[in-house]
Amino acid sequence: MGKTLYEKVWDSHLVREVEGQTPILYVGRHLVHEVTSPQAFSGLRSAGRKLRAPEKTFATMDHNTSTRSASLDALSPMARIQVDTLKDNCEEFGVKLYDITHKNQGIVHVMGPELGITVPGTVIVCGDSHTATHGAFGALAFGIGTSEVEHVMATQTLRQTKAKMMRIEVRGQVAEGITAKDIVLAIIGKMGMDGGTGHVVEFCGEAIQSLSMEGRMTVCNMAIEMGAKAGMIAPDETTFAYLKGREFAPKGKDWEEAVSHWRELKTDDDAVFDAKVVLDASQIAPQLTWGTNPGQVVAIDQPVPSPEDEPNTTIRDSIKKALNYIDLKAGTKMTDVSINKVFIGSCTNSRIEDLRAAAVHAKGRKVAEGVIAIVVPGSGLVKEQAEIEGLDKIFMEAGFEWRLPGCSMCLAMNDDKLEAGDRCASTSNRNFEGRQGRGSRTHLLSPAMAAAAAVVGHFVDIRYPF
Amino acid sequence: MEAFTVHTGLAVMIDSANIDTDQIIPKQFLSKVTREGFGVHLFHDWRYLDDAGEEHDPDFALNHPRYHGASVLVAQENFGCGSSREHAPWALADFGLKVIIAPSFADIFYGNSINNGLLPVKLTSTEVQQLMDEVEAVEGGEVTVDLEALTVTSPTGAIFNFEINRASRHNLLNGLDSIGLTLSEIEHIEAHEDKLPAWLHEVS
Repeated sequence: MGKTLYEKVWDSHLVREVEGQTPILYVGRHLVHEVTSPQAFSGLRSAGRKLRAPEKTFATMDHNTSTRSASLDALSPMARIQVDTLKDNCEEFGVKLYDITHKNQGIVHVMGPELGITVPGTVIVCGDSHTATHGAFGALAFGIGTSEVEHVMATQTLRQTKAKMMRIEVRGQVAEGITAKDIVLAIIGKMGMDGGTGHVVEFCGEAIQSLSMEGRMTVCNMAIEMGAKAGMIAPDETTFAYLKGREFAPKGKDWEEAVSHWRELKTDDDAVFDAKVVLDASQIAPQLTWGTNPGQVVAIDQPVPSPEDEPNTTIRDSIKKALNYIDLKAGTKMTDVSINKVFIGSCTNSRIEDLRAAAVHAKGRKVAEGVIAIVVPGSGLVKEQAEIEGLDKIFMEAGFEWRLPGCSMCLAMNDDKLEAGDRCASTSNRNFEGRQGRGSRTHLLSPAMAAAAAVVGHFVDIRYPF
Repeated sequence: MEAFTVHTGLAVMIDSANIDTDQIIPKQFLSKVTREGFGVHLFHDWRYLDDAGEEHDPDFALNHPRYHGASVLVAQENFGCGSSREHAPWALADFGLKVIIAPSFADIFYGNSINNGLLPVKLTSTEVQQLMDEVEAVEGGEVTVDLEALTVTSPTGAIFNFEINRASRHNLLNGLDSIGLTLSEIEHIEAHEDKLPAWLHEVS
């Protein structure tokens, strides 16, 4: 029987499997940030343990850093302690750190791939649920807790049980203007926010293969939003072209060997999945969330759903609770919903392609009256590239704020947060109650849809002139 | 880690599905560099009416006087979804909870809980509903969770069986440190590293 992509990576990283014990899996790359690592470093220190593979460990500051100033003085006292602690820990344990003054600093899931730290066919972990992003390269990548971060630091391995396998195939091609974000929101809308629990999902099909690496990262990034352990996409020429020449990518003979191995990382024709799902790409319209979890999604031309149409009582209660929090009535057309804040950024949608897509709708227009819109590039390198292309000027001339890299308003740990009652068009990944600020309301959508909402003041269907 | 064998305690319920880790411990409390002291911020936005966390919302279950001292939390599907923050089980445990019972859990939260000696117990939706009904009906109703016998005993004495991965159960029953266990297999890790291809092993 053939193997899936997941099984191939699993098998090549299995260190030890003993009956009655959780298998030990080798970790090829470990990414670290300031919020979920301090307790792990402390644990290592108090147990007198070493960091096993500092050369495979990379750190950045992203979650609580300021997007207004690269000065440490711009941080709150608690955040300052956290970034100082990361700096001290990285020095003590010999970890490469991209601190907020480094030109390559950025959101951990933007920085890793663009520096070539992310490679296909290995296990990549980070104390962050959106580590699933790196699965876009055909890596097995997933978020872990801080105890596991400490486990990886001490052993360069993790104890893992094997997940079930799901294949999600997106057949055909999307219509013009439909992006990776629309694809993944449509998938989560179909699956629900726990439809992938216990599974590693392989995304495939023509619409997925046609995506750039940026688009593939957006899709895999949100695998966690349907509860999946990880999302993966088989590496191909698009992947190799993206990685070649990047700072930490293999070079010379190692590159040739790596690529020949990576070409084998495809699910065999006779491999067996526990579940298979098929979507028709041509049917995907621009998507956005109406509720308080990423599975509460509609197409822009659909109304807000009614709880009365839902037979399952638990789901019906969730819909009622969500409508109450988000302050929308069932049946409302999404294009009638006004917004007063726009956030373009996050590990889901802050890469150069995302900023280009947003700039198309910002160019020559003005942010609507009463709307505050911010653009937060994912990394120093993305920011630099955007500025070379003049995207910063397009945004600023239209009245968008152009910020410094970081996680920013996606989780609002820094001062980029919404006020109670704000309604935000956000390119991030979670619309949970209070995620972007207590009492605030978040609608997830693509960068193009977010920019369009910014200039019009309400959601619009970007497939038609506006 | 403290060993877990049998626990009997007052049960409290939150009758909601998809309780995410942002609700369990909101981001403004993630800036600490220690594992302690998160309990006071548990369910902050639901538990307190003000941002400072001084004014309790009397309608929230954990604030009801009858549930003071609860150590077993019963909730609906997909408990602990969202962010991987281990601050969530730290906050639940620091508050005094020992067991979370739900029909399903998000994967990362489930693992994080076990790593902190907080026992996640999966029962069927029907059993969870029965437990919730009893918790509501029986004031002071206690629930017993036996990890040896793999049973949950409801306030009225109904017994439900549950399953847990053999290795996780063993570690919890014995309070084992999984890092120490893995380090005892170090020769296998070294052997694996010796076979790694250069493109994976040599990062520069």
